[in-house]
Amino acid sequence: MGFFSTILGQIILRALETLAVLVPLLMIVAYATYGERRILGAMQMRKGPNVVGPFGVWQPFADALKMIMKETVIPTGANRFLFLLAPLLTFSLAMLAWVVVPTGDNLAVANINVGILYLFAISSLGVYGIIIAGWSSNSKYAFLGGLRSAAQMVSYEVSIGFILVSVLLCVGSLNLNDIVRAQNGLWFCIPLFPMFVVFFISGLAECNRVPFDLPEGESEIVAGFMVEYSSMSYAMFFLGEYANMVLMSGMTSILFLGGWMSPLPFAPFTWIPGPIWFILKICLVMFLFFWVRATFPRFRYDQLMRLGWKIFLPLSLGWMVLTACALEVFGWLPNG
Amino acid sequence: MGVLDRAARSLLLSELLGGMAITFRYMFKPKATINYPFEKSPLSPRFRGEHALRRYPNGEERCIACKLCEAICPAQAITIEAEPRPDGSRRTTRYDIDMVKCIYCGLCEEACPVDAIVEGPNFEYSTETREELLYDKEKLLSNGDRWEPELARRLELDAPYR
Repeated sequence: MGFFSTILGQIILRALETLAVLVPLLMIVAYATYGERRILGAMQMRKGPNVVGPFGVWQPFADALKMIMKETVIPTGANRFLFLLAPLLTFSLAMLAWVVVPTGDNLAVANINVGILYLFAISSLGVYGIIIAGWSSNSKYAFLGGLRSAAQMVSYEVSIGFILVSVLLCVGSLNLNDIVRAQNGLWFCIPLFPMFVVFFISGLAECNRVPFDLPEGESEIVAGFMVEYSSMSYAMFFLGEYANMVLMSGMTSILFLGGWMSPLPFAPFTWIPGPIWFILKICLVMFLFFWVRATFPRFRYDQLMRLGWKIFLPLSLGWMVLTACALEVFGWLPNG
Repeated sequence: MGVLDRAARSLLLSELLGGMAITFRYMFKPKATINYPFEKSPLSPRFRGEHALRRYPNGEERCIACKLCEAICPAQAITIEAEPRPDGSRRTTRYDIDMVKCIYCGLCEEACPVDAIVEGPNFEYSTETREELLYDKEKLLSNGDRWEPELARRLELDAPYR
């Protein structure tokens, strides 16, 4: 391929690969909003949106149109630049993380050797968007909501970190593709099942989802740190939250559910291409997110923090030590 | 054993999973949503909706300007002025119901001795200007003419209980 080995060719190739990841991702994010409303409705014995298109499938576009047409209100005294920067930051970070995720065998846009570290860094940066939003709104309750949310995200990131270490001990590499390949015979959700559960719950807290959505408290304090946002900026936050959810689902499926690998190694399962399995697993984990939302009431803030620091942190730390000991004792450490 | 029991329930998330099983079962139950403009929920014959002034079968209007409805209306939504008609009978010249003040309690219907003012089953009469909702006698009488079969049926169904 003569053209593609030139610099311009490489740039165009990378751009096309990025589009190939981002466009389906944005479609999944848009239809996640629709799917959530339908699934929540079904679990609450009512129908979700079913008017806009056949079975309501154009609903996300109707919502997007509505949000674009609203007036963007910037509060007096708000720091204009930061106020408009925060949702852009949140949304673009959620998109940025997808550059290292392998949707198929070695099919990541950037197959870097420290993929996990990159993902962890991106989710830590996500906290900035929240703090900036809360502070620049020049509103007491938005500020408090932002601080609470940031503290919550940071606390649960600690246990996510330890769980990542447990998985990495079993894999021996930080490369996301290697992590998926290491689950060849047995997905990690089976030997590391408690960590799967803790990772999923910490993922809920990381995304500010029920039952950890007090900072966002839909029915209580309007929208927490997002309360002053309207129109396009709110749409960015909204999409960023769902994109974060899809990212967490993606991380869960890569770390524990075998990523793009099919559950059974023989035909006809192997006929289905890797990216399709990956999307199916993401949909499964998203369904879990919605199911949990339909079922549980909200945690009070102190209960939430207690869970993160006093229960999940010792649990994940203990399990990491246990995994290390078991691997050493039985000689299962990868790379000798 | 209590400690072990509680520890197991807490660590194995048994109550949480039980709750999730309930919501999952509910996904497959029939939904309670009705497809509104094409399907409507059943209404009782006592439902209090849009007002109407009725007539006797021979075409004579029932209202005799006794002003009992005006007196009992808690929101003072009814305004009546009366004068003898050229043929000598007692009738209203003005009978306005301010539908925006009205609280749809049905006391006017209960007070009327001749079943002239009634509350019909209609609730779909929204307007685009406030003025259209300040009903006058003409509007109420024409309501009555349009809805008469329905109103008569409702009165017939509810009469044993009044």
